[in-house]
Amino acid sequence: MTSDRLLSIEGLRVDLPSRSGSRERRTVIHDVTLSVDDGESVGLVGESGSGKSMTTKATMRLLPPGAKVSGGLTFRGESVLDYSRKELAAYRSRKVSMIYQDPRAHTNPLLTIGDFLVEGVVATGQMSRADALDQACALLVDVGVTDAERRMLQYPHQLSGGLLQRMMIVMALMPSPELILADEPTTALDVTVQSEVMAILAEQIRERSLGMLFITHDLDLAAAVTDTLAVMYAGVIVERGPSDEVYSKPRHPYTAALLKSRPSAVKVERLETIPGRPISAYEAGPGCVFAARCPFATEECREVRPALRQVGGRSVACHRAEDIASELFEGLSA
Amino acid sequence: MSVSPPDAAAGPSRGRRAASPVRLLAGAVGTVLAASFVIFSSLSVAPGDPVSQILGQKATDAQRAAMRTQLGLDDPLLVRYWHWLTGVVHGDFGTSLTYRQSVSGLLGPRILTTLALVVMSAVIILLVGVALGAFGGTSQRWRPVVNGVVGFGVAIPGFVAASVLISIFAVKLGWFPTYGAGSGFVDRIWHLTLPAVALSLGWTAYVAQMTAAAVKEEASREHVMTATGRGLPRQLVFRRHIMRNASIPVLTASGLTVAGLVAGSVVIESAFAVDGIGSLLIKSVSNKDYSVVTAISLLIVIVFVLVTTVIDFAQAALDPRLRDGGKV
Ligand SMILES: Nc1ncnc2c1ncn2[C@@H]1O[C@H](COP(=O)(O)OP(=O)(O)OP(=O)(O)O)[C@@H](O)[C@H]1O
Ligand SMILES: [Mg+2]
Repeated sequence: MTSDRLLSIEGLRVDLPSRSGSRERRTVIHDVTLSVDDGESVGLVGESGSGKSMTTKATMRLLPPGAKVSGGLTFRGESVLDYSRKELAAYRSRKVSMIYQDPRAHTNPLLTIGDFLVEGVVATGQMSRADALDQACALLVDVGVTDAERRMLQYPHQLSGGLLQRMMIVMALMPSPELILADEPTTALDVTVQSEVMAILAEQIRERSLGMLFITHDLDLAAAVTDTLAVMYAGVIVERGPSDEVYSKPRHPYTAALLKSRPSAVKVERLETIPGRPISAYEAGPGCVFAARCPFATEECREVRPALRQVGGRSVACHRAEDIASELFEGLSA
Repeated sequence: MSVSPPDAAAGPSRGRRAASPVRLLAGAVGTVLAASFVIFSSLSVAPGDPVSQILGQKATDAQRAAMRTQLGLDDPLLVRYWHWLTGVVHGDFGTSLTYRQSVSGLLGPRILTTLALVVMSAVIILLVGVALGAFGGTSQRWRPVVNGVVGFGVAIPGFVAASVLISIFAVKLGWFPTYGAGSGFVDRIWHLTLPAVALSLGWTAYVAQMTAAAVKEEASREHVMTATGRGLPRQLVFRRHIMRNASIPVLTASGLTVAGLVAGSVVIESAFAVDGIGSLLIKSVSNKDYSVVTAISLLIVIVFVLVTTVIDFAQAALDPRLRDGGKV
């Protein structure tokens, strides 16, 4: 039953007023359909500008003023888009937590770490300040911070990026949410601490059986830490299915191209780049959003936008998914 | 002397630097000393002959020479500066040539009057300016209205505002007196209301503009989105994550404003015939009464330095990044 789903996004579309200040709006998300079950980790993968962050902002109802949202967005069967102000506050403060890409920009430089960690649960009446401080200390120890009490008195600028992102993880866990949205939580960090922070996050999610929507442009990372993968291009989900299957047997040409273009840790060889440049959602024509760069595109692909349909145990938005299946695999194994 | 607010668009740009208390205080004392020397030496070469002012045109050359020696005018500049400085340290600013009275005795009561005027203006500026700015910075719908009011306030010079206020509220309606500083607390406030309004108008607009810009900028920060995304009540986000952060630039602008009020009082006090430091300065300049001019100029410098030092301390108190040796 879909209504029991932790998070269910159906045909989400987002139009933003253009930044230049003119009246017209730009579509930044065309059609996003995905869901997260209890305890499930879902990866949302796509190139820069494909609308991944917009999807999480829409989920938190944090879109800039003037945004027009349509489609379905439900949390445990309740429509998030129809929440009253009070329901929205409860949803944001207790049910869902968000971890952002750049922990430094996303923490107030004037507040101590301790104040930052406890302010959410204290201000929304979930805990007394003393209890919240105790819990924050315990969580800090959980994420591998040894001198928790000293850290709580420090300010963000006194912490390294990796440490600050662990504070973000603690901040997200403080209200014991059911769902975590993690928007490229390691991209802004030093390469040396990326895997460490990722491991900590994955461990916390697993231990607590939380649902997670994990945003990244790194397919390998996504395949490693998630159960389900959704691949996004120009504001559209083009393929969605179990992570290992999508990763090993892509059924959409864009997924296959992403897999081919990633650097390999074991083989040193020339990378195949995807021909053409990635387009934004508002630039997409009437047909398949990937048609302009797809080596398999036909007239139909350029004219008619393919809907997600079941092919080989997953959802694929490609008219030619069956025809080209063998060619996609070949290119990969070679 | 400039009496108009600084260009609001440019704003005060203060570099981040380490705020060690000792260094701040040493800097402040050094600035005052340097400024005092500049003031003293430039006024000592200013045109006008104090000797003929004292003795009149008919004095003989011998009388003049004797007076020059008595006043120490023939000593080298540095010696005269030293004499003056040691006197100032002991509270002796010399003697006014026009009033035939000690400068400190002349300044004493007038400082109180000007202080009352400046404090009243500062209260108006902070209350109205910050409130207007915070409103304009947050409410999309009211922003143009606030901008309009602010533009109006910036555009009107203090002396124009003064004459308009006098003709409406003092002459036509008769609600307030047209001149004087009054005596006693309530009477003084009554007398100083119109001057304070005239003096604060431009600065209120300036502070409102600075506040609106700071609030708008702070509201767009990513960490504000974090706070909103955690379901914090709106007023708390506004107080803790927007106003608190905006208070640093607002405080800087307001502090400089208060310092500027002392200079601005020169025009307003003359317009309302308020017998304070400002009108005394104008009279003394035209009388070439340089010991008074020197003392008042020094006073204005001291207020500026004091205010900027207080701002530096307050910034360090508000921003932890400044406390850590200025690294960001
Ligand atoms: N405030 C805004 N107003 C209008 N358009 C915007 C705004 N913010 C982002 N966009 C556009 O929305 C599209 C999607 O942006 P989004 O931030 O969701 O991309 P992303 O997939 O998260 O990319 P990245 O990997 O770079 O984070 C982009 O084309 C971007 O130019
Ligand atoms: Mg993003």
